[in-house]
Amino acid sequence: MQLSTKHLLGIRDLSSTDIQTILDTATQFKEVLQRPIKKVPSLRDITIVNLFYENSTRTRISFELAEKRLSADTINFTAGGSSVSKGETLLDTVNNILSMKVDMVVMRHSASGAPHFLAKHIPAVIVNAGDGINEHPTQALLDAFSIREKLGGLEGKRVAIIGDIMHSRVALSNIYLLKKMGAEITVAGPPTLIPKYLQDAFDVRVEYDVKKALAWCDIANVLRIQLERQNQVLFSSLREYNQAFGITRELLESIGKEIYIMHPGPINRGVELDSDVADSGQSIILEQVENGVAVRMAVLYLLSGKRESA
Amino acid sequence: MQDLKTILDTDQLQLTLKRLSHQLIENHYPFTDTCFIGIQPRGVPVSDYITTYIKSLYPQQQINYGKLDITFYRDDIRNELHIPSVTDLPFSIENRKVVLIDDVLYTGRTIRAAMDALLDNGRPSKVELCILVDRRFSRQLPIHPDYCGKAIDSIITQKVKVFWGDDAKVVLYDRL
Repeated sequence: MQLSTKHLLGIRDLSSTDIQTILDTATQFKEVLQRPIKKVPSLRDITIVNLFYENSTRTRISFELAEKRLSADTINFTAGGSSVSKGETLLDTVNNILSMKVDMVVMRHSASGAPHFLAKHIPAVIVNAGDGINEHPTQALLDAFSIREKLGGLEGKRVAIIGDIMHSRVALSNIYLLKKMGAEITVAGPPTLIPKYLQDAFDVRVEYDVKKALAWCDIANVLRIQLERQNQVLFSSLREYNQAFGITRELLESIGKEIYIMHPGPINRGVELDSDVADSGQSIILEQVENGVAVRMAVLYLLSGKRESA
Repeated sequence: MQDLKTILDTDQLQLTLKRLSHQLIENHYPFTDTCFIGIQPRGVPVSDYITTYIKSLYPQQQINYGKLDITFYRDDIRNELHIPSVTDLPFSIENRKVVLIDDVLYTGRTIRAAMDALLDNGRPSKVELCILVDRRFSRQLPIHPDYCGKAIDSIITQKVKVFWGDDAKVVLYDRL
């Protein structure tokens, strides 16, 4: 049994069977993580480089832990403090690393399509850990895993994705995945942060009133306002964003039902999510992080059989 | 599947499973320090039968029964990737006697992997192996069953398959 793709570049390339296989395998890895010895020897013959051209806390630690729990050898590369500052190109950097016999590359880059470019030019297996505003497939998989765990499935479930849809790779990967698995989606946020084509391209509902979106859904995935990717003024101030689109305790209580709140992190507390919501019993943010390790173990395990040369 | 040869028919299979159960009872009664663990996926019907049978004879005794998946511990992982089954060990194996149960013992590699998987869950005081069919003289590792349903001689091109349900039986056939 193997996935239909050699690399994990985006959810876009996966079939619903692939997604199902990854989520089912992750369930077994989650059990492994509860054992006294949280480690299996499956990838002990594999070397993985974590290539991070962009900042990351959760994803990098989660991937590194997943790799170590699978007994793989790992190398961590961060662009700061490397020869990237001397002007070395991406392809040169990666080819130099690969000549030291590396089998898999986990990669985050601020340019959309960077992992796709690499996949065309190098023999190693590529796992996309977020590329620009394109995709963040493992985040979508762990979100789906968390939703499945909480709601018992994905098909027919109502998921609201709220916030900066335009600049969010998490949103795009989530939409691809949830659509493939038969969930219903509403995206909500300010009109300036929701791309116009979205409704037609993906058959998702668009809502500019966050309260209506919350009242409609079973689970809400709240996204971070990505100030680092916004080069023009798309809303007047963070304070005003919070008042109009932020999730507050009063807003949650006013919809008259209990829903779960997710957030891919890092949270801008007091902007898209208030502290008393983020730290409440309805929030499954820390469970998402826990599930992230199991899901990434499943992805690495299922792709490890696909490498061309040792 | 060619040249089916029945090694155990339904009645013989029942008798063999019951004999194995009685041997286990003889050595392990009253089961307080014993854990029965079926190896996923094909050892589980055997261990299901044995533990259900023991339970029917000693309904007052608590039987520790779990299932172990060995997918992540296989040594042939680069040849073929397997999808894992459930590991369910609802007890501690620390300082207990563990009986690993599987259907067919062939090269011994599955049992090697099972022992690795088992030891990641704790340190048992003793590990025993209970096998329904032992394919003699085909071992690639120094592994030997403590309880054996039936020992057979077979060649490498042959395969042993256990069928369950109404028409339960063990057959030997040529793999073509």
